[in-house]
Amino acid sequence: MRALARAPAAAGSGRPPDWLRRRLEVALRVRASPARARVACSSSTSVVPAAAPAPASGRQCPQPGMFPELNNLLNTTPDRAEQGKLTLLCDAKTDGSFLVHHFLSFYLKANCKVCFVALIQSFSHYNIVGQKLGVSLTAARECGQLVFLEGLKSSVDVFFRAQAEPHPLQFLRSASLQPCSEVHTWEADAGNLQPLYEFVREALKPADDGQAAWRCPVLLVDDLSVLLSLGMGAVAVLDFIHYCRAAVCWEQKGNIVALVHDSGDAEDEENDILLNGLSHQSHLILRAEGLATGFCRDVHGQLKILWRTPSQPAAQRDRSLTYQYKIQDKSVSFFAKGMSPAIL
Amino acid sequence: MAAAATCGTGAGNKGCTAAAAAAAGKNNVTSFQRKGPRASVPDSGCARLVSIAGTRPSVRNGQLLVSTGLPALDQLLGGGLAVGTVLLIEEDKYNIYSSLLFKYFLAEGVINGHTLLVASAKEDPADILQELPAPLLDDNCKKDFDEDVCNHKTPESNIKMKIAWRYQLLPKMEPGPVSSSRFGHYYDLSKRMPQELIEASIWHGFFFPEKLSPTLNIEPCSLTHGYIKLLQFIQNVIYEEGFDGSNPQKKQKNILRIGIQNLGSPLWGDDICCTENCDNSHSLTKFLYVLRGLLRTSLSACIITMPTHLIQNKAIIARVTNLSDTVVGLESFIGSERETNPLYKDYHGLIHIRQIPRLNNLIYDVSDVKDLAFKLKRKLFTIERLHLPPDLSDTVSRSSKQIPAASSRLLGPDCGVMAGGRKHLDF
Repeated sequence: MRALARAPAAAGSGRPPDWLRRRLEVALRVRASPARARVACSSSTSVVPAAAPAPASGRQCPQPGMFPELNNLLNTTPDRAEQGKLTLLCDAKTDGSFLVHHFLSFYLKANCKVCFVALIQSFSHYNIVGQKLGVSLTAARECGQLVFLEGLKSSVDVFFRAQAEPHPLQFLRSASLQPCSEVHTWEADAGNLQPLYEFVREALKPADDGQAAWRCPVLLVDDLSVLLSLGMGAVAVLDFIHYCRAAVCWEQKGNIVALVHDSGDAEDEENDILLNGLSHQSHLILRAEGLATGFCRDVHGQLKILWRTPSQPAAQRDRSLTYQYKIQDKSVSFFAKGMSPAIL
Repeated sequence: MAAAATCGTGAGNKGCTAAAAAAAGKNNVTSFQRKGPRASVPDSGCARLVSIAGTRPSVRNGQLLVSTGLPALDQLLGGGLAVGTVLLIEEDKYNIYSSLLFKYFLAEGVINGHTLLVASAKEDPADILQELPAPLLDDNCKKDFDEDVCNHKTPESNIKMKIAWRYQLLPKMEPGPVSSSRFGHYYDLSKRMPQELIEASIWHGFFFPEKLSPTLNIEPCSLTHGYIKLLQFIQNVIYEEGFDGSNPQKKQKNILRIGIQNLGSPLWGDDICCTENCDNSHSLTKFLYVLRGLLRTSLSACIITMPTHLIQNKAIIARVTNLSDTVVGLESFIGSERETNPLYKDYHGLIHIRQIPRLNNLIYDVSDVKDLAFKLKRKLFTIERLHLPPDLSDTVSRSSKQIPAASSRLLGPDCGVMAGGRKHLDF
């Protein structure tokens, strides 16, 4: 077993980094005694991945919900979530929505006030997955912790019926015929995301009575590429994020998490502009990619984590890590490249 | 029809208990809910299974599924098409097989008693309904299948493989009907659907040239006129017939099957198939978004065929794929050089499952087989794993060496649904 641990090190130069050695030892130890590991982590999610999270720093067993391994990789727990950060989630040739579910349950567990702009799926979808991860979105919505904007349902309301007051998704009606009227009139505004920004700001503003019921406000957007498909330009979406950053990250010391699809070789210029613009502004980039060699049943993709400091000079190097992952029914297991338990 | 309903409920109850058993013990709140309309159901709070004819719950997440009319495709999509989602078929070059899939979908709706909504800019919906294939019913289907299956199976079943015995352990794709469930039906393309069945069904037709209003203003809108009319029509039908739960007097719930043919073609007034930089490039994507919003809030399922091979701008295809739930691409060999290629002599085309949605779940059913080919026999549309026949030439000539290389190149990029990689890697 020792020889196995040292073999990859011999191939490289010098000793393997500490984190790799620790993970290898834990992996080999867990494989040797699966029963003990299962009992120890009984409170966590039922599937025990081979590379179990190493309780090296004396932390307790990870809480149920979210993806505890991802928390370890990102070096955060719900108790000490950072503030004032913009996190960019990006997926290329695969589906990165598991990251959205992770951050949603993470921030709800962290007792933050969350405004979720869900443009791509319905509320019940997130609710059911959230229940698997240990949070109840209906309860959070009822007690006011979660403000949920359901894009699909609201789009039907906005499109077919003229609204009295400005609706966050009003841009769907912009420069289009009013469908229900005989006379063909069209609205003069070019359609921008300002109503959406007002909605977000209204949802996340602190309570009037001055007591901080929740820790910090968080804006979660799933996903921004849909706004491009709905007629907004890349610059309009970048402006929207900029305004939200000013209001949420700087003014209220909150966080923003947004998902953008990377179109890859589809040559979507607007999407590339949006992605590059956001990459330069964000503090943390999580990029889920498909494997270069194609489909694999045991390894679903590769996750690149990049920590950035946008305001610091470039002399400070950005830290980057790459892991491969496999999505299971209620969790995601991460392992170093080539260390999938199916292969070892 | 009644037999189908009872069988549907029988299978449904089995699925219900399986899913409920899986859900029990996880949290104190059961995660199994009926997923008909995605939004709040008027009688929300009851997690019982609603037995609608022709539907069954998915064993994985309790999602309500309808059959696409093609049991082989149902298998690949994880049991069927989820109610409330869009199935996008990327048409093959001459629109032969995609119109077949379209007709199978509608025929399945007629058999199960679902309400149909057919929208087309090319053919009158009444004509489309007249051309639906006839279903293969139980009594004569067994007889007909036996002869097909006998021809197919006798060489294999009698002889146990001696040399390549590992291949016997490979799972076979089901070519024939599974007799126990009546969820999917088989259709005979040589016969038409009996007239009385069509007349007994409720259907709404949208023929775009008829709905064009005589006064057509030049409108600087972002949705083309045809799409707006179609959306209004669909919303009207959903509202009037109570598919979104707005009409509480309706006792018997039913599914609305929407079929839209050739969406995006110039006949709808959209020019994304004509030029690369079109004026209203957001028209189609906005339409899809609002359509999906309508579907999610009602008991309906939609099939759309789209000539994506004509769309010049690849970015639009990527956006359309992201906005649809299930995307299946058809590639027929007719007219291409592969028609005469001896490798493909058994098949009529390739079928690519480009996207399967992850609904209410982190994972989804994905088959391991990524290279799928279809062939159309008179009574059967089969989808099989693409097998390259063995190279039996006496001399390994240069020409025969090139053919496998070319075919492996086309198998390479088709990396599948979950994770696509870069194009072709040379080893």
